[in-house]
Amino acid sequence: MNAVVVNRVSKVFNPGTPNQVDALVDIELSIEPGDFVSLIGPSGCGKSTLLRLIANLIEPSQGDVLVNGKSAAQARIDQDYGMAFQQAGLFDWRSVEKNIELPLELKGWDKAKRRARAQEMLELVKLPDFARHMPWQLSGGMQQRVAIARALAAHPQLLLMDEPFGALDEMTREHMQAELLNICNQTGTTVVFVTHSIPEAVYLSTRVVVMSPRPGRITEIIDVDLGRDRTEDTRERDAFYGKITEVREALRSVEAVSHGAGFGGVDDR
Amino acid sequence: MNTRGLATTVVPPAVVGVLFLSGWELLVRGFDLKPYFLPSPSSIWTAFSDNLQLVWDAAVVSGTNALVGLIAGTLLGIALSFVLMRFRLVNDLVTPMAVALNAIPIVVLVSIFVNQYQSTSEMPRRLMATLVVFFIVLVNVAKGLRQVHPTHVELLRSYAASPLDVLVKARIPNALPYLFTALKIAAPTAVITAFVAEYFGGRQNGLGSRITSNMANSKNAVAWSYVLGACLLGLAFYLISIALENITSHKRGSAPGGGTTP
Repeated sequence: MNAVVVNRVSKVFNPGTPNQVDALVDIELSIEPGDFVSLIGPSGCGKSTLLRLIANLIEPSQGDVLVNGKSAAQARIDQDYGMAFQQAGLFDWRSVEKNIELPLELKGWDKAKRRARAQEMLELVKLPDFARHMPWQLSGGMQQRVAIARALAAHPQLLLMDEPFGALDEMTREHMQAELLNICNQTGTTVVFVTHSIPEAVYLSTRVVVMSPRPGRITEIIDVDLGRDRTEDTRERDAFYGKITEVREALRSVEAVSHGAGFGGVDDR
Repeated sequence: MNTRGLATTVVPPAVVGVLFLSGWELLVRGFDLKPYFLPSPSSIWTAFSDNLQLVWDAAVVSGTNALVGLIAGTLLGIALSFVLMRFRLVNDLVTPMAVALNAIPIVVLVSIFVNQYQSTSEMPRRLMATLVVFFIVLVNVAKGLRQVHPTHVELLRSYAASPLDVLVKARIPNALPYLFTALKIAAPTAVITAFVAEYFGGRQNGLGSRITSNMANSKNAVAWSYVLGACLLGLAFYLISIALENITSHKRGSAPGGGTTP
């Protein structure tokens, strides 16, 4: 069974008004369990919209989305996925452990069980001594780790991430990417990951989905066969650079196409 | 706070205060200003210590009026802000009016209240303080309940949280700093309103009315000692609201809540 199936999905914002935007048109995508899929493309290509459709934070205008074989709405209600955003989005009145416990609280877990799981998660993201800290006492990278711990707290099989490392500096970012891969290898979690960064997409993913704007559509899906055990050395391999070039060229042709055909709108760059 | 921190925060304003008071004293003595024009700080202090019991009694009257108004206005403001949050239409109707009312000196309404109650009643003053506090609390708390971080809203939706969960886990905690910002503004305002309301009639038992009656009797130093009492009462209210805020905000680091001043 596929972890995610996106079946001929279109999304129109503000239909029938002068502000109508065709955010996504005819999206087809299947994601297998254990896959790490990055969505990459220029601003306005609908990658975040696609992620939110999978999360059932918004409803498709046409088509349907299946998560773990059920409707996206049911999967959300069952908390089948965890989610992390560009902003860590920690609740600043809750301690680190209380933040991680929040999804479990809403599932009705008792306190002892929640505490134990929060501690387990803090060890997973290598912050075992920070349970009682308040979010503002943590650096940006540490806050993002807590957000990942919170997203994984209920042991979901699917992790949805919207540019989670976008606000971090380059060094922290590379470090967090390696940690994320580690965690995914340990837990076997499937990941859908929105990013702007080509090296980030290539380093993390088993598949990179290249998207084009106006209207948002998938132009190319690139398999990244760099093996599962990726380390810092992976970033220096020729195969890594080869894939970066491949993704970059796919993105360039996206821009060429949208310039050439015009799609009724003027490209603003 | 360490000793050096204390020295740098307390010493400069204390020095300014001492300089100001000595300048005042020298001015009055040097130019031989008449007490009805401006009494000296030393004569105000003498009048203050001679009339301590009277000033205290008047402060209790004004302070009680302000406190009743502060509590009643806060409770009403919180209650209505929940209604505003729940019903968009009510919000769109009430919020512009509340913001507008916050910007005008509605304390003048007290003369109307004075007509509606017996001349010995403290109700007009308490009602006025309640009304002023109510709008400050309403505008701020409603804002705190509504302006929840978009990421928090999406997260809670991803957890399939019910509207009640969203209220308890996100909206109310988010609104708390807004409430304390409102109280910080409302507490001194309630005291000011209680004083000013006394100028519009009713019993001559509070600080505000004592100031006017002593002025009328040319007991200027005594009038000024009531002014001193009024300053101290306003300060006390302000300090209490700051203390309340510190209890809740020390956990959050810098207080994130904004606020709207009237």
